[in-house]
Amino acid sequence: MSGKPVTSTQSRAILICSGKGGVGKTTLTANLGIALAKQGARTAVLDADFGLRNLDLLLGLENRIVYTAQEVLSGSCRLEQALVKHKQEPNLSLLPAGNPRMLEWLTPEDMKKIAGLLTEQFDYVLIDCPAGIEDGFKNAAAACREALVVTTPEVSAVRDADRVIGLLQTREIEPIQLVLNRVRPRMMANQEMLSVSDVTDILALPLLGLVLEDEQVIVSTNRGEPLTLNGSRSPAAQAYTNVARRLRGEEVPLIDPSKEGQGLRAKLGRLMHTKIF
Amino acid sequence: MTLRDFIDRLLGRQPASAGLARERLQLVLAHDRSDLNPELLEQMRREILEVVSRYVEIDLEEGDVSLETEDRVTALVANLPIKRARPKPPAPDSDPSMAAV
Repeated sequence: MSGKPVTSTQSRAILICSGKGGVGKTTLTANLGIALAKQGARTAVLDADFGLRNLDLLLGLENRIVYTAQEVLSGSCRLEQALVKHKQEPNLSLLPAGNPRMLEWLTPEDMKKIAGLLTEQFDYVLIDCPAGIEDGFKNAAAACREALVVTTPEVSAVRDADRVIGLLQTREIEPIQLVLNRVRPRMMANQEMLSVSDVTDILALPLLGLVLEDEQVIVSTNRGEPLTLNGSRSPAAQAYTNVARRLRGEEVPLIDPSKEGQGLRAKLGRLMHTKIF
Repeated sequence: MTLRDFIDRLLGRQPASAGLARERLQLVLAHDRSDLNPELLEQMRREILEVVSRYVEIDLEEGDVSLETEDRVTALVANLPIKRARPKPPAPDSDPSMAAV
């Protein structure tokens, strides 16, 4: 393994949340989980979106689920029986979400219990939070010490992220770090998209990762193989791998979106934003 | 003004939208974070203007009281252009120490 060893021997339970739906929480959880596992960390991903579960699908594990978090909580199976180990990346295990009806009785204490069981066995426990700020979010947040907030450079996503950050701060979750997803360098160069500094200034969180918009993400979800699994050179794959390395304490520089477009069009775009008077 | 702004203006096009997004976001977040709705803010604005105009004549059209937010800290910012001082400011009955100044 390259890079610094994990500084803390303590296992880390990390909430992956966003407020708004569809900004890339589950994709980040799947890719980050695989990347951490590949870097040698024992990693568990927990689908806390009991209403609309999808983490199994993105990891390609949907056909291997026998038991879920529900059976673990009710005591009808052991944790080991419910965990689905990834075949290609055995350092990664999924604890699937149970039946949507679990939402009726699940409490923050239940989530703490599941996370507690997982942190005994894994270095990293990533909890894929449901969208929204209602019970699903509160239950998942109760189980975590730290959080990653995913957002995109769009007004609605940033506003919802702000709400979530406020709620996390009142729960004294720390650190809270930001992953900016679906960045389009060309639109940023043309000032038709909020810039990276616009978002980080507004949300006032340290930026852990910056992921460019990448069609390969869709291709990888079609296949059920996260981009980080097979050493893809695509921009998003590298970004997710770098998020994992930074999370483990390595210093990896962030990409500069304005340098991503080196073509004539991007140069022209920059020229267009030179002050003339 | 940037070259792009200049060309946009020549062609009568809309300016780039990122700046607008930033401004709208900052405003809406200031309201979200402070839990002050626009109605309450308007009421506060009227009352502040009322107090200030007892002392100086202000431009009511230009006067602006708004919430601004930076680094997750929200501030109330008032920008009140003064036309001229009132010829006779009201007697500072509430604070006698100010009378000597």
